[in-house]
Amino acid sequence: MIQTKLATTVASSRVALNVASRRNCLRFMSGGGSSELRKTGLYDFHVARGAKMVPFAGYSMPLSYGDVGQVASHNNVRNNVGLFDVGHMVQHIIRGGSSLKFLEWLTPSSLGSLSAYQSTLSVLLNEQGGIIDDTVICRHPEATWYVVTNAGRRDEDLAWLQARLKEWNESERSMDGKVEHEVLNDWGLIALQGPKAAAHLQRFTDFDLSTITFGKAAYLSIQGVRVHVARGGYTGEDGFEISIPPADTVEITSLIVGTDGAVQLAGLGARDSLRLEAGMCLYGHDLDEQTSPVEAGLSWLIGKDRRASADFIGAQTVLKHLQKGACPRKRIGLIVSGAPAREGAKIIHPDSEEELGTVTSGIPSPTLGKNIAMGYVKNGDWTKSGSKLLVEVRKKVREAVVTKMPFVPTNYFRG
Amino acid sequence: MFTGRLCRAAALSRARISSRPVALPFVRSAYRSIVTTRYTTDHESVVFDTETGVGTISITDYAQSSLGDVVFVELPNVGTTVNQGDQIGAIESVKAASDIYAPVSGIVEEINKELDDKPGLLNKVDDEKGWLCKVKLSNPSEVEGLLTADAYKAHCESEGSS
Repeated sequence: MIQTKLATTVASSRVALNVASRRNCLRFMSGGGSSELRKTGLYDFHVARGAKMVPFAGYSMPLSYGDVGQVASHNNVRNNVGLFDVGHMVQHIIRGGSSLKFLEWLTPSSLGSLSAYQSTLSVLLNEQGGIIDDTVICRHPEATWYVVTNAGRRDEDLAWLQARLKEWNESERSMDGKVEHEVLNDWGLIALQGPKAAAHLQRFTDFDLSTITFGKAAYLSIQGVRVHVARGGYTGEDGFEISIPPADTVEITSLIVGTDGAVQLAGLGARDSLRLEAGMCLYGHDLDEQTSPVEAGLSWLIGKDRRASADFIGAQTVLKHLQKGACPRKRIGLIVSGAPAREGAKIIHPDSEEELGTVTSGIPSPTLGKNIAMGYVKNGDWTKSGSKLLVEVRKKVREAVVTKMPFVPTNYFRG
Repeated sequence: MFTGRLCRAAALSRARISSRPVALPFVRSAYRSIVTTRYTTDHESVVFDTETGVGTISITDYAQSSLGDVVFVELPNVGTTVNQGDQIGAIESVKAASDIYAPVSGIVEEINKELDDKPGLLNKVDDEKGWLCKVKLSNPSEVEGLLTADAYKAHCESEGSS
């Protein structure tokens, strides 16, 4: 369980095991694969600005900056603009004549229907239809794809991609052209997030940002440096993820952050509460290799044509789960009364007292002032929004109402 | 840095609480009120009044600062008998849930009901409304076994530098 002694919480926020909870971090650390923590190109930049650095996904990353608390940092992104270093995430380029077919083998998404510089959330699936990782895939011209995956799954993803790539290139399926895979090691990736992000970023480029709507991307020039800018993020707010060549990362980030205080730096603490309010999953908590995209409530990313062709890895399980009533579990949102329910809390049926499942993420929502949580339950009538369930926190049951996600409405720029 | 400063702040504010009027001259010395403040390595404090035999339990300033914005406090029921080290409640911040352990044994006499509506009182530095509960001690000698302000400060500093 994540409940800890006060001493542990205090100690862990100091030695920085604590992000959303102590267990979260321990699990992420184990995903790093090495005891030596990696650093993004912005490590010194963070330290110079008073960051509290913590181990996360094998990297030393900012939890918070100076005296700015998690709630203040969270609210700043909801109301103004904040900047996150997400350079720990893995950026890939996949290209080659048969790359569309290759990626459609690895994922259930209709990637062929994407236009140039359009992206989609997707999942890498194993043979059992379980999620190896969630990912954002952006189509570029000329059979090229820009793909971002989770830092905490770096080793697993790279091993999977390399093995499948070899298999693909050795088979006849690659006859339209072999597939190449490049990892953009040490490239910077920053996320400028919040309702004032666009107006702020526009100050640094001649490119008309209103031409990039949510889910679209472009290469544009900032101070003579060509950067990849994708509109979206992990907060539910309007914003941009900006990919920067290694040599220019510090300079471009410093330029965007400026010195006038208009952009506040934000860390992992705020990132977790923002994504949970937006109903977004965190791999290792809300998603894992035993969970199908249908169970995870991500059926929308499984393309109609892909259901018909059923030619992606894991299709058998996924198609079975898509049949009415055949999905064994469902991810649900909850609003919990009294104590916040955290990861691991049992979800119980109020009448039968049957244990239906567990909470996978939960926090007191800074925006709503209510305790929000997501978790998995056995499939049944109770997954409908408005259903009343119970959640056990510290051996006491608390009332919980099934609630549609996102908990806080998204604020994307759709043009 | 950060850590040491907070500890010193905590030590100073507690020192102030412990100054209380001493008994009138005609009262026998055995009944004089002596107020002692002690700390645990779990970052709880007890302000023990020998006259009433009651200890007031709080979390330290260092702890509240590390937890951040407190949003919910769970406290034991009045009348509960607790043993030193028993879990008696929990404090929830946006960041994490933390258990509270009884620093001393006894019977819970009073809980701070104001925390139901205003859990943020725990984050108010130097505000005497931020206590958790009052326990009638069954074994007052336990107080002497807890950390002094200096020992607690040293404990915080060793955590901060480790």
